[in-house]
Amino acid sequence: MSGFYAFSRFPLRSSLCYDVENPGEKWQSNMFEDLTEKLQATFQRLSQKGRLTEEDVDVAMRDVKLALLEADVNFKVVRDFVKVVKERAIGAEILKNLNPAQMVVKIVNEELVRLLGEPGRLTLSGKPTVIMMVGLQGSGKTTTTGKLARWLRSQGHRPMLAACDTYRPAAVKQLEVLGQQLNIKVYSEGVGPNPPEIAERALEEARRNGHDILIVDTAGRLNIDEQMMEELQEVKRRIQPHEVIFVADAMTGQEAVNVAKDFNARVELTGVIFTKVDGDARGGAAISIREVTGVPIKFLGVGEKLDALEPFHPDRLAGRILGMGDILSLIEKAEATFDKDEAEKMGARLEQGEFDFEDFLAAMGQMKKLGPISKLMGMLPGMGDIQKQIEPGMMDNQMTIIEAIISSMTSKERRNPKMINGSRKKRIARGSGRTVQEVNDLIRQFREMQKMVKQMPAFLRGGMTKRKGGGSGPKLPFDLPPGFGL
Amino acid sequence: MFGRAKSIADSLKKTRDSVFNQIGDLFGPSDIDDAFWEDLEELLIRGDVGVKTTVDLIAWLQQQMDQRGLRRSEQARDLLKQRMIEILEKAESEYLPGRRLLNVVLIVGVNGSGKTTSIGKLSAMHREKGDKIIIAAADTFRAAAVEQLKIWGERTGADVIAQSSGSDPGAVVFDALQAAFGRREASVVIIDTAGRLQTQFNLMAELSKIKGVAEKQVHNAPHEVLLTLDATSGQNALSQARHFKNIADLTGVILTKLDGASKGGMALAIAHEYGLPIKFVGTGEKVDDFRPFVAREYVAGLFGEVGATPVSTSKT
Repeated sequence: MSGFYAFSRFPLRSSLCYDVENPGEKWQSNMFEDLTEKLQATFQRLSQKGRLTEEDVDVAMRDVKLALLEADVNFKVVRDFVKVVKERAIGAEILKNLNPAQMVVKIVNEELVRLLGEPGRLTLSGKPTVIMMVGLQGSGKTTTTGKLARWLRSQGHRPMLAACDTYRPAAVKQLEVLGQQLNIKVYSEGVGPNPPEIAERALEEARRNGHDILIVDTAGRLNIDEQMMEELQEVKRRIQPHEVIFVADAMTGQEAVNVAKDFNARVELTGVIFTKVDGDARGGAAISIREVTGVPIKFLGVGEKLDALEPFHPDRLAGRILGMGDILSLIEKAEATFDKDEAEKMGARLEQGEFDFEDFLAAMGQMKKLGPISKLMGMLPGMGDIQKQIEPGMMDNQMTIIEAIISSMTSKERRNPKMINGSRKKRIARGSGRTVQEVNDLIRQFREMQKMVKQMPAFLRGGMTKRKGGGSGPKLPFDLPPGFGL
Repeated sequence: MFGRAKSIADSLKKTRDSVFNQIGDLFGPSDIDDAFWEDLEELLIRGDVGVKTTVDLIAWLQQQMDQRGLRRSEQARDLLKQRMIEILEKAESEYLPGRRLLNVVLIVGVNGSGKTTSIGKLSAMHREKGDKIIIAAADTFRAAAVEQLKIWGERTGADVIAQSSGSDPGAVVFDALQAAFGRREASVVIIDTAGRLQTQFNLMAELSKIKGVAEKQVHNAPHEVLLTLDATSGQNALSQARHFKNIADLTGVILTKLDGASKGGMALAIAHEYGLPIKFVGTGEKVDDFRPFVAREYVAGLFGEVGATPVSTSKT
C-alpha cells in the first residue's frame, strides 16, 4: 500500500505542521525525509560526482550521528556505527535512480538492519520449557508475561505463570488478574516466601500438571542493586531456565547499554523484548542493547492490550530508528484490513507515477478502516515528528474536511484536477461547506503530492505493494554491484 | 522524614561513577582545546541531556569563554555549572503555592514511570505535615492498580476511593472529591491515573475530562498536575513533557527512579526547552525515598561533588 507514503506527505506540506514557536527547530526533525533532505542540502554544496568522496561522507556523517543520538542510540555504538558506514560509503558508486543523499541513507539503513540482527526465536525444547522474565522497574515485565503466555497458547502450548514479584505492592495480584482474563493458570504464594523458593515450587507444580511452558515473572530491579541481582541469580540457579528474557522499555536512554550488560553478566540473557514500541520513542536503545550484548530481540510490545505483542522485524525497527516510520507494520496491518484489489490497483497506479483525487480518496477511505489516525501516525514516515507539533485529533478533523471537499468534486474533476477552475472551486467550496481558500490549499497540496509520487525513488514506489509480511528491506529494482552487498 | 532519605547527591553517586565523574576529569587544570569540546559534548549526550540542550549549552559556554577571554577548563566548569543551575532554577516553582482548604493534585505519566509509587510517597509526605489525604484510584484500566494503591493507602494512612475495574475515571474523581467535601474532610486529594503513552489520543483526551471533573468540583483544581518521568528515559522524555503539558497543563515533573545509574539528564532539557520545573525526585522503593528537588544539589551531584555539598534536610 505505497499510497501511504504519498499520503503521509500531505500533512507535511500543510501549514499546520510547522512548529510555530520554533520555526528553525532543526533538532526536532530527524525523520527519514529530513535526514535525506539534510544530506541533500549538504551534498548540494559538495561535488556532484558519481562516487561519494571522503569529504562528502565526512560531512554527511555528522548528520547521521545526530540523527542516531536523537534516537537514543548509545554514544559509543554511534561512533562505531558511523565508522563502519563511512568505510562503506567512501568510494561507493552511487546507484542509478539514487542521489548521493539517498545513497548514504540506504547504506545507513542497511547497516542498521544488520546491527539489529536476525529476529530471535524462543527455544521451546524443555519439559517444561522455563522462561524467566527480568528487567528494570516499570519496563513492563508483568504485562509482557501475560502477552507472551497468550501468544504461546495461540501457538498450541499450555503455559503456566509464576508470580515471583513479591516486592511491588499488588504485583502478584496483577498477574493473577491477567491469568484470569486469559484463563491461564497462575502459580502464586502471595508475598511471604522468597522468590527463589516460589519459582522452584512453581516448576514442580508445572511438571505435575503437565504444562509444557512455565513463565516466571520476577520483580523489577536496578542493575546496580547487588542484593536484588544476587536474588535473581538464585532464582535462575533453582529453575535452570531455557530462556531468560530481558524486558526493556523502548524509551530508555543512554544507560540502556549498561543495564543490559549488567543483567547479561548476571543471568545470561537469551532474548530481549522491547515494550511500549507503540509510542513515539524511536527505540535506539534496541540497537545499543543488541550491539553490546549480542542477545537477539525476540518480540515487540505494541500496546496495553494482551494481544499487543509482535514478532520482531529488524528492517521495520531500523526504519523507525531512522524516523522512516514503521511503514511495513502498517502495511501488514493494512493487508489484513484492506480491500486487497483496491490496494493493488492503487499500487500499480503509483508505480506508474499516477495519482489523482480518486486515489487520494480511496487511500483515505482505506486508512479510516484502520482506526483513528492518531493510532497510525507513529507508523507513518515522518509522522512521529508531526505528532509532536499538532494534536492528533486535529488530524482526524483535517481528514473529514479533506473528504468533504473531494466529495464535492465531480468524478471528472477528481480524475483530472487540472480542469478545476475558479467557478468550479466556488461550487466545490459551497458543496463542502468550506472556503475557496481551503479548496485552493487542498489542490495545491495535492499537486505537491502528485509531484512527489512522480519523483519518488523507484525502490520506494515499487516493492512495497508486492511485499508480504516481514523479511528483508524494500527490494531494489536493480542488482547490487559486486562487493556492495554484505 | 527527609533526614532519612537519600539525598539527591547521594543517589547521583552512581551516575557520577559512570558518566559525569568524567566531567570532573575533563575539567582538569589545563587549557581548553578542540578535543575538550568534543568530549564535553559526548559526556552531556551520554548523560541523556539531549542533543539540542547539549548543543545550546556548549554554544553558550563557548561564547562566554570567548567573551570573557577565558581559556582554562576549570573556568569552563564553573560557568557550565552556573548555567545548569540557572536553567533549572529559572523553571522552579513552589509546590502547592497558596495552600487552600482542599488541594487537588493530579498525577499523570506513561506506563511504568512510577505514578503509583510516587503517589504513595507524596501521600506520606503530606501525612507528615498532618494533612488528611484521599487518593482517587482513577487508574481503572491496569490489572490490580487499585490493589496496589490500597496497599500504599494503608502504609500512609490515606483513604483510597475506588470503583470497580473498568469504570469511568471521571466518576472516581467525582466520588473522591465529594468524599473530601463530605464526612472525610480531607485537605489533600491525590488523583492516580492510568499510564498512557502520549501518542494515545483517546487516553490523552480522557485526561482533559478528568481535569474537567476536578475543575467543576473545586475552584481552580487541579492545583498541581505532575508528570512522573523515569530517570532512565532518553529523548522521548521531551515528547512526553510536550504532549502532557499541552493536554493537561503540567505544573511540574516528578523525576522517578533516580537511584539507578542514569540520572535524568533530561531534567535539564525539559527545564530548558519547556520551562517545566522538577518538583520532586524519587530515589528508591521505600516510602521516604522522596524529596523536593534542589537544583544546586542536583547539579553538584552531576559534577561529582557529593562531599562538597551539604545534604539539604528540609522539613523534618
